[in-house]
Amino acid sequence: MTGFVVFVLYLVALLGIGLASNRVFRGTGQDFFTASSTIGPFMLLMSLFGATMTSFALVGSTSETYVRGIGVYGLMASWAAIVHPLMFVIIGVPVWHLGQRYGYVTQVQYLKDRFRSPLLGWIILPMLVLLVVPYLLIAIQSAGITVSAVTKGAFPTVFVDEAGQPTGIPAWITGALIVAVTLVYINIGGIRAAAWANALQTAVFLAVAAVTFVAMSIKLGGPVEAIAKTAALHPERLVREGNISQLEFLSYGLVPLSVGTFPHLFQHWLTARSADSFKLTAVAHPLLVMCVWLPCVFVGLWAAGEVNLPPEKAAAVLGAMVNKLASPVMAAVLTAGIVAAIMSSLDSQFLALGTMATEDLLLVLYPGADERTTVWWARAFTAGIGLLTWGLSFYTTRGIFEMGVWCFSGFAGLVPVVLAALYWRRATAAGAIAAVLAVAVTWCALFFGREAGEALPLGVMPVTFIVGASVLALVGVSLATTPPPPEVLARFFPDRSRRPA
Amino acid sequence: MDRRLVWGLVAALAVLHQDFWAWGDPTLVGGAVPIGLAWHVGISISAAGVWWLVTRYAWPGDPTEGAS
Repeated sequence: MTGFVVFVLYLVALLGIGLASNRVFRGTGQDFFTASSTIGPFMLLMSLFGATMTSFALVGSTSETYVRGIGVYGLMASWAAIVHPLMFVIIGVPVWHLGQRYGYVTQVQYLKDRFRSPLLGWIILPMLVLLVVPYLLIAIQSAGITVSAVTKGAFPTVFVDEAGQPTGIPAWITGALIVAVTLVYINIGGIRAAAWANALQTAVFLAVAAVTFVAMSIKLGGPVEAIAKTAALHPERLVREGNISQLEFLSYGLVPLSVGTFPHLFQHWLTARSADSFKLTAVAHPLLVMCVWLPCVFVGLWAAGEVNLPPEKAAAVLGAMVNKLASPVMAAVLTAGIVAAIMSSLDSQFLALGTMATEDLLLVLYPGADERTTVWWARAFTAGIGLLTWGLSFYTTRGIFEMGVWCFSGFAGLVPVVLAALYWRRATAAGAIAAVLAVAVTWCALFFGREAGEALPLGVMPVTFIVGASVLALVGVSLATTPPPPEVLARFFPDRSRRPA
Repeated sequence: MDRRLVWGLVAALAVLHQDFWAWGDPTLVGGAVPIGLAWHVGISISAAGVWWLVTRYAWPGDPTEGAS
């Protein structure tokens, strides 16, 4: 019951933030979508970090470590420490400048303009949407799993299974609650509400990760004692040998490239007050990632010595550890932390999809809508997408970590297109379209053409082939087609526009 | 500091990330942290330092400056 009360109080606090942000909302589309570029360094750090970290970081990291051992930290967290800031610096900062100068709100607007190709926009828009949706599904799914685990038995007369045994709050109720609250506060305040809420959510899940780590460590007799049990029962979890191949570990470095093309991060970049606002994010992001992932990896490691779950049920490891080791209050705090991590990206993703539907679809088909109409369209789309993903969340079958990696791999495949748009003046619309189609074909072939978990040649990750196909198509087709016209080069490469292409 | 050196440090971090020498080493640092994990915590902390150098010496300018 304590868990449920904390969960509800947390949701009420988020609604309060939505209302507070509405007091400074200017009522324009620009303010709804980009907060009129008023977000300073600290809020930008918190909102970008919150939007990057999701259930994948808390629930997925713990469960994957439980199955595959310590290498999970290197696969994601330390790669993220190198690659995420790289994307913020070489894509985020230039995109912010471009957004300021040309007024872009979405990636599609930028790419269409840079490549002078509406067709590219029509191709990349559905791809971005289709890649975000599974990401949303795993968030809703993991919230349901976790809240159900920590509220087990809290309502013995209300929630029971077929055998009459008490269960936790069903996943569909948790999903409905978090989707509803998220939709309310972002519809009230737009991306400013998301940024403010993310700051709270990020603070909450950072604190919760630390508290969980310390509390569980104490309960297990200290970190030395805790790891000793794992070392005795599952020594293979303390190494990567036999769990992760060298090439898989190396190729995972391509996965976090995905932050370079996440639509919700693109939108957050445009909220920055200045290009210098990104500096704090570049420096502090690796440390914040570590602060979240390290405790979770340890809990996953300790769990190997404490609980006995089959790999296919590994998503329930965190909840199982909490039930076994934590007090009801601790369980409640952890629940709030997990929900915070999930909602901190959920809000931005809902809003990004709503923004794309409004800016890239409706305003293209029906130009000339006034500011008020634009904001209401965005609200309606965001709500529709929220309800749709909540409904679809009942049908996900793949594991949280696996689904997350597949989404990230698709986004990573689009990074060469954005990098070429920014830095390669010879890149053409045909090359960009070919690259996007190559990503779609490769992704589908690898996702649908193989059994889950089936190894690829050389043991590398699917993202290697997806990014490789993207680069080959982009470079090959660009070089085989007519270079961009001088006016495009003058607009996007002004300092070099006098040189031949 | 030369910006090429700073970007070289970013590349060096990526190389050091592939710590093949500790792949099967179960040594526990301080009795509590597997050595393969401790190395990657070091990578995370070093990354913060290297990105600070980037903000100081290799920060990108406005690509649209002078655009028509």
